[in-house]
Amino acid sequence: MSAALPNQATTTPAIEVSGLRKRYGAGDTAVDALKGVDLTVQPGEVIGLIGPSGSGKSTLLKCLGAVTEPTAGRIALSGETVYDGGWRNLDPRALRRDRIGFVFQAPYLIPFLDVTDNVALPLLLAGRSNRGARQRARELLAALDVEHRAQAAVAQLSGGEQQRVAIARALANQPPIILADEPTAPLDSERALAVVRILNRMAQQYQTAIIVVTHDEKIIPTFKRLYHIRDGRTYEEAGEGREFG
Amino acid sequence: MISLAGRDILHSWGKYAFTGLGLGLLIGVTLSMAGIYRGMVDDGKALLANSGADLWVVQRDTLGPYAEPSSLRDDVYRGLLGLPGVARAANVTYLTMQARQGERDVRVMVVGIQPGEPGEPRYLIAGRQIERTHYEAVADASTGFQLGARVRIRRHDYTVVGLTRRMVSASGDPMVFIPLRDAQEAQFLKDNDAIVNERARVLANPALNRPGIPGLAETLSRSQETSRMVNAVLVQIAPGWAADEVAETIRRWKRLQAYTVPQMEEILIAKLIATSARQIAVFLMILAVVSAAIVSFIIYTMTLGKLREIAVLKLIGARNRTIAGMILQEALGLGLIGFLVGKTVATLWAPYFPKYVLLEPGDAARGFVAVMVICALASTLAIRTALRVDPATAIGG
Ligand SMILES: Nc1ncnc2c1ncn2[C@@H]1O[C@H](COP(=O)(O)OP(=O)(O)OP(=O)(O)O)[C@@H](O)[C@H]1O
Ligand SMILES: [Mg+2]
Repeated sequence: MSAALPNQATTTPAIEVSGLRKRYGAGDTAVDALKGVDLTVQPGEVIGLIGPSGSGKSTLLKCLGAVTEPTAGRIALSGETVYDGGWRNLDPRALRRDRIGFVFQAPYLIPFLDVTDNVALPLLLAGRSNRGARQRARELLAALDVEHRAQAAVAQLSGGEQQRVAIARALANQPPIILADEPTAPLDSERALAVVRILNRMAQQYQTAIIVVTHDEKIIPTFKRLYHIRDGRTYEEAGEGREFG
Repeated sequence: MISLAGRDILHSWGKYAFTGLGLGLLIGVTLSMAGIYRGMVDDGKALLANSGADLWVVQRDTLGPYAEPSSLRDDVYRGLLGLPGVARAANVTYLTMQARQGERDVRVMVVGIQPGEPGEPRYLIAGRQIERTHYEAVADASTGFQLGARVRIRRHDYTVVGLTRRMVSASGDPMVFIPLRDAQEAQFLKDNDAIVNERARVLANPALNRPGIPGLAETLSRSQETSRMVNAVLVQIAPGWAADEVAETIRRWKRLQAYTVPQMEEILIAKLIATSARQIAVFLMILAVVSAAIVSFIIYTMTLGKLREIAVLKLIGARNRTIAGMILQEALGLGLIGFLVGKTVATLWAPYFPKYVLLEPGDAARGFVAVMVICALASTLAIRTALRVDPATAIGG
């Protein structure tokens, strides 16, 4: 990586989580998925989130993405406290639309829209003009090397192409944060590395903070910093930060 | 913002068009049912308008001649002609029977008329009016009879000299006009055995067959053989007179029932076809419920097939309004396709109905509104389900 890590002392973290807890259900059947998570991600940083199945990785992403409401703790995004025992002055839907991009294990593109409009969709939902949104979508598709498929139906794309389109969609409204849940799971190692490369490039280019949940041994060595979740708690680790590409 | 509903419809247009077609056939049946009712009403009005009468004079205490049987002596009209305000009066008879042409048997309403008098069909689409006093007929085109055809009614053959259109009875049977005398004979004619039998009875009755009075028995027998009855007298009113006024005079002085055009319409529409109208109303209601059930089922199933896309839309920040709007628009789109198909098929198959089917633009407009309202209501179930979708399901585990 050529870009230096931002100075943690002077930069406001993109994501700052402390003591985050999440309990599913109540009574005898309650599950404590998160039991006090602490985590910090700087703008432009790509971190890995690893841990055994059922350890709470997806739950953490859902809490950060305002998809699921946590039970206790604190979340601050770009220095603004958004959760503090309850959502603070905010519409979770608007937060997701304006400040967060999601990438999932499966691309989950909208089959009835073509590639360009899938990427443009978050912008259109935010009220941008069709023309402006499509213009931006084509730029992103070009950046991700899928612009030649811009007019295609999503069903005609390969798995790797679909995943790149999904990443373009996550980037569309230039969110300060991207949350990716096992984005490389369906891809071969070459394509998986390509996706990580793209995410890193985007992080540098747009100062996006990116959390990548993964089991994928091929990509784990690429992270400079990792969080390990075990039994609902996070443990920070230094990663290998191996060069790739 | 692009139209999500429009894109989804275009994407799966085959499924969509097919469902719209099915719904359209159902809507077509509904529109046809309404058209059948309108046709019945319109037939009734045409029947009254084409008779050229201002008043129908019938037997007292009856709703004749169409809704109830009525019979009058055939000299009653002379007395009516003497009343103030009566310009013309003419006898008519109505009888539903089978008319035969070659091998073909057609159920018709035989109308006995006096040529040139009220009761004669007003407009002919071909040929001429009846001119001879016997064995000529003017038939409605829907009988299928051609000009010059020989048609058998009871014991006599009639030559079709003219054709009318839309002259049908209240039950939809086409009319055949024949001279009054012939019609009276056809209606009241006794067969030869009965005549011989009656004659023998009269001769065997000592009170009637008296040696001192020659010819009494003969006269009596003959008077029994010929009919002197008709079903109604049609009256045209002199200029400057009010129909109600003349009708009242007839009721008071002739001890007969007289109906004006509005009263006759009321009898035809409110009484004669009231049962059919209620029948059709119930049918329409059932069809509306069935269509609503089908639309909600279709929209619901289509929505269930899109739950993941809906979860993704929510996750990337689509408002409830956007998602509800998409489902509602798809439901309305389905309704629109259904309505267009329905209107088209109803128009295409209307001529094949044996009775007149009148597709009124007003009914079509009301039908369109009803379809749209039904579709909107039917989509609420799907919308509720879609709004309950948890965006977290898009992320999975
Ligand atoms: N909606 C839910 N209701 C109840 N329990 C849940 C729910 N979602 C997750 N859990 C539980 O919370 C715990 C953490 O689940 P989570 O999905 O976060 O695990 P994960 O680390 O993403 O696992 P994996 O690697 O298999 O995806 C698990 O024990 C799971 O059973
Ligand atoms: Mg998971």
